Amino acid sequence: MTLATDIGKVVFPAGRVASAPVARRVKLDALLPYLVPVGLILAWQAASSLGLIGNRLMPAPSSVAVAGWDKIVSGELATNIAVSGFRAVSGLLVGGIVGFSLGLANGLSRTSFTLTDTTFQMIRTIPNLALIPLVILWFGIGEEAKLFLTSLGVFFPIYLNTLHGVRTVDPQLIEMGRVYGMRGWTLFRRVILPGALPSIFVGLRFALGIMWLTLIVAETLSANSGIGHMAMEAREFMLTDVVVLALVVYALLGKLADVIVRLLERWTLGWHPAFQTAQRS
Amino acid sequence: MSQIVEGPRRTNVWGKDIEPEYLEPRRGSPILPTGGQAVSIRGLEKSFGDVPVLRGIDLEIPSGQFLAVVGKSGCGKSTLLRLLVGLDAPSGGEFSYSDSEGKASAPNSRIVFQEPRLLPWESIADNVAVGLDMQRHKGDRRTEVAGALEAVQLSEKADEWPSRLSGGQRQRAALARALVSRPSFLALDEPLGALDALTRITMQALIDRVWREQGFTALFVTHDVGEAVALADRVIVLDDGKIALDVEVNAPRPRERGTKESAAIERQLLDAIFRSLPPERN
Repeated sequence: MTLATDIGKVVFPAGRVASAPVARRVKLDALLPYLVPVGLILAWQAASSLGLIGNRLMPAPSSVAVAGWDKIVSGELATNIAVSGFRAVSGLLVGGIVGFSLGLANGLSRTSFTLTDTTFQMIRTIPNLALIPLVILWFGIGEEAKLFLTSLGVFFPIYLNTLHGVRTVDPQLIEMGRVYGMRGWTLFRRVILPGALPSIFVGLRFALGIMWLTLIVAETLSANSGIGHMAMEAREFMLTDVVVLALVVYALLGKLADVIVRLLERWTLGWHPAFQTAQRS
Repeated sequence: MSQIVEGPRRTNVWGKDIEPEYLEPRRGSPILPTGGQAVSIRGLEKSFGDVPVLRGIDLEIPSGQFLAVVGKSGCGKSTLLRLLVGLDAPSGGEFSYSDSEGKASAPNSRIVFQEPRLLPWESIADNVAVGLDMQRHKGDRRTEVAGALEAVQLSEKADEWPSRLSGGQRQRAALARALVSRPSFLALDEPLGALDALTRITMQALIDRVWREQGFTALFVTHDVGEAVALADRVIVLDDGKIALDVEVNAPRPRERGTKESAAIERQLLDAIFRSLPPERN
């Protein structure tokens, strides 16, 4: 069976597909997203082996794998991932909690919104990486600088989407809740928060992207540990395989964060029609 | 009742006698001791900004009556309902609730909206329990919810998400949520307006049965004259914020559809609704 006919089966689910074993089709669906990346790596390896790509500037996947193995054995990779991961998570927590709280406050209270939203919108227009020179002056190249930058980057998407989510909760549901005697905390817990949750998750997704972006830049500019630092150090010695390894690690960490959010979504948004297709198959 | 007689016309198409039949026990079920609440409305007015929507409504709704309110869009029928259940405050006039013995009592009212307004993130059973949770009530939450779901024939959907239900099933769940706390006054704001014709018929039968079993007073707002005649003891037509017609419907229940009598009363209602319209030009 060739891949081409398999794809054909998925796209045109008539005739033959009905008789195809369900288990095999499900397995195939799960593998399909990896087809393109694996194909690209194979092509890249082939081009490198045939000498079409110079190894000095762009190492073959095999040499990246070797470099990765060396770093794993020496424990360097684990340490750097732990350092970067810790920075990412702490930035996400600080920026996320502040953004979520202020988003809720401004979504629920007109006074709070009038008082603070304009300020946030003004600060938001400054690219947070433009603050790097100032941040280095303030904090040096210590952990505070990176925590500050990632928190700030994470803050805005979470703030905006929480605010939007709270604002757009169906007013008919809120009226229903009030008619049935819900007030204050109960109304918030049973109507407003669950109603805002899909939007908050969109914010979290955006925030994760910005979190990695900010952290990578901050680490390559000013750090003495972490994945970004590993990449910059390798660049000085022209160790392109390590540089590419750092990119691969970032890609994997980004994917991991996304998978975690997806699981969270599926767990908390099971009621949402968009998340029920998976259960049915 | 004398207040009403002075104003709009009161007619009785079926019974020769004017004595209201709703005071008699309902067919097929005993009247519950709780009884419905009566509502007395005097000079009720409501305007939004400069626009008057209700211009002095005088109305007595006796305990346990099924009253339907019909009229064109914007005639004030939904506004009247929202005032009576306390969703909006009147601009003038007053209304008061009293129990079946005529003693003044606090409103024990519930509302069913045109949309089901179920919480999408809670199961059907939890949605129905919303009707109980904010109340000081004795008795087991689960038993009460199960009873209400059984009354609307939705027991097997208790653990489903609302998004898995059809429109009619969702509206039945909303009805169960309103009924679970055993209201004495149930306001229904075009509850079947968004449903297809066949589902409407089964829902009408369901509402009729539930009302006969539980004995609450019902205020049923609709734009469907046939539906009003099929369900109600009494139909009032609102036109431009005033009661234009007040008709009693004394047919036995459960009612037959499409009878000559119901057609006559429907025509009478439609005449009253369209009286204020300029004659159509062809």
